Amino acid sequence: MADSHNIDATKPHNPDTDGFAHEESELESHLQSKHMVINMGPSHPATHGTVRLRVELEGETIVKIDPEIGFLHRGFQKSCENVTWTQCLPYTDRLNYLSAMMNNFGFLNAVEKLIGLEIPERAQYIRVIGSELHRLTDHLTCVGATGLEMGGFAPFLYGMEARELIQDRVTELTGARLTTSFGRVGGINRDLPEGWSEKVLKTLDRTEELLQEMDGLLTRNRIFVDRTKGTGIISAQDAIDYGWTGPALRACGVDHDLRKAHPYWVYERFDFEVVVGQHGDNYDRYLVRLEEMRQSIRILRQALATIPAGPIIVDDWRIALPPKPEVYGTIEGVMAHFKLVMEGIQVPPGEVYDATEASNGELGWYLVSDGRGRPYKVHVRAPGFPVLAALPHIIQGKMLADLVPTFDTINMIGGEVEQ
Amino acid sequence: MDRVAAQFPEAVAERYVDRAGGAWAVIHAEWLPKVATFLKMDPELDFKLFGSADAVDRLHLAESDPRFEIVYFLYSLKRKEHVRLKVRVTETRPEVPSLSALYRGANWWERLAFDFYGIRFTDHPDLRRILLYDEFQGHPLRKDYALRDRQPLIPERPIKDIFRGPGTSGVA
Repeated sequence: MADSHNIDATKPHNPDTDGFAHEESELESHLQSKHMVINMGPSHPATHGTVRLRVELEGETIVKIDPEIGFLHRGFQKSCENVTWTQCLPYTDRLNYLSAMMNNFGFLNAVEKLIGLEIPERAQYIRVIGSELHRLTDHLTCVGATGLEMGGFAPFLYGMEARELIQDRVTELTGARLTTSFGRVGGINRDLPEGWSEKVLKTLDRTEELLQEMDGLLTRNRIFVDRTKGTGIISAQDAIDYGWTGPALRACGVDHDLRKAHPYWVYERFDFEVVVGQHGDNYDRYLVRLEEMRQSIRILRQALATIPAGPIIVDDWRIALPPKPEVYGTIEGVMAHFKLVMEGIQVPPGEVYDATEASNGELGWYLVSDGRGRPYKVHVRAPGFPVLAALPHIIQGKMLADLVPTFDTINMIGGEVEQ
Repeated sequence: MDRVAAQFPEAVAERYVDRAGGAWAVIHAEWLPKVATFLKMDPELDFKLFGSADAVDRLHLAESDPRFEIVYFLYSLKRKEHVRLKVRVTETRPEVPSLSALYRGANWWERLAFDFYGIRFTDHPDLRRILLYDEFQGHPLRKDYALRDRQPLIPERPIKDIFRGPGTSGVA
């Protein structure tokens, strides 16, 4: 046996490593590790918004992690409590800037519950269509960004292409790209533009093609699978205990979707499946989102095919603005318009908790009214908040490299967490 | 709610149904952990999913005594049902037993209520501010905290023609 202190003559000569060969260990020994504290964020490419992750490392292992939510706050609750109910809408848009319509409609649904109002059928259909379009944009961004941060640029571009197409349709519908403020108490703002449905159907065809491309690039990609499969695992029990909802919870194997459990609007008329994962790891969360987009497209196709004609907002001047000819031509119209704009909708005193299934989970609203035109209390149960709260539990004791895919797939949104 | 009232008759101060049909129970503060444990552990009720928690400052409402209400929303996956619990505490002693030991999800929501309303949760493992910085004075969501009150950590540069959010009383 050759002396380990001498260069092994049977191996080829390598000037780069020969100098270390006598130490026997340099290449084979454990990596040097020392305890250190690293700030990921608030302007790290992998952290969103203003989130700062204070990570304590032992080598590459995360010993402790303390997420600090940061200072994006706009004072969401306080701002809402000082404007009329309708004026809250732009604030709700900005909770999750990728699915603004879902936040709009969720808030309005709660207000309508508080008033005890049933909205017209066509408005319910349009709400479903808007919500599912925005579920698509949200999931496309999440899946695309996950691919991007695992080193794949192409899936991100495909995701962005589909998202752009959908956002063009959203622009045609609402007049805004991101922050739509599209709903109104009692219905929605405008009817579908002419020829819009056909355009959406074409967009959906293209989106399906692009989804297929993303699927092909990521789902069996060696790097992607290695980094996401078996990392960021949370058990179903722990996820429930933390209050997870939405795709992140369904990836743990829990069959829970508010669209099925408590159908609102016209969701019970559509044929779709709740996508459920098995392992609760990053890979399953990615797969669940991918499949959920296909289900959204299914819902959209059914909704566009069966949407009935009719009014899009309730015919009640105490709640909805009167039509413009009435405002300009009649004194009742002027008065109703003036009172709605200046004083806001007079919501009867009371309280309500209502939740809808937003793209990342249960978006709950707890509203208290004191009977005047402004909300007395607006509490939003943002789906990203419990998800971020569970991050230390998931990632402590794991590798630093696992943090990036985990942070991607839990998809916490700064705007709603930071309120 | 019927089962809670039957199990703990002296815990429930009030029960009512809101306009949307949601059942509420107002619980005496000291009973909260027991009621929540029952709701979570009872195999038929199974309220295991922690929804959220928040506080309400009732300063300007018709009934303003006691001043604060802490609301909890729990969800049962088995029964597909929300449950709403409420605890009322006074301004002088805004203390509630924490549910963090029972639900890990309660930890952050209770920190949020502490940060914004100054509610103290006894036995909370990590009760510190979650959104605002440590030097912040007071609790911004209380109704007696002025809308346009500002506490900058570094002095702000004077800018005349900027509109700083809703509300018109007072000038920044």
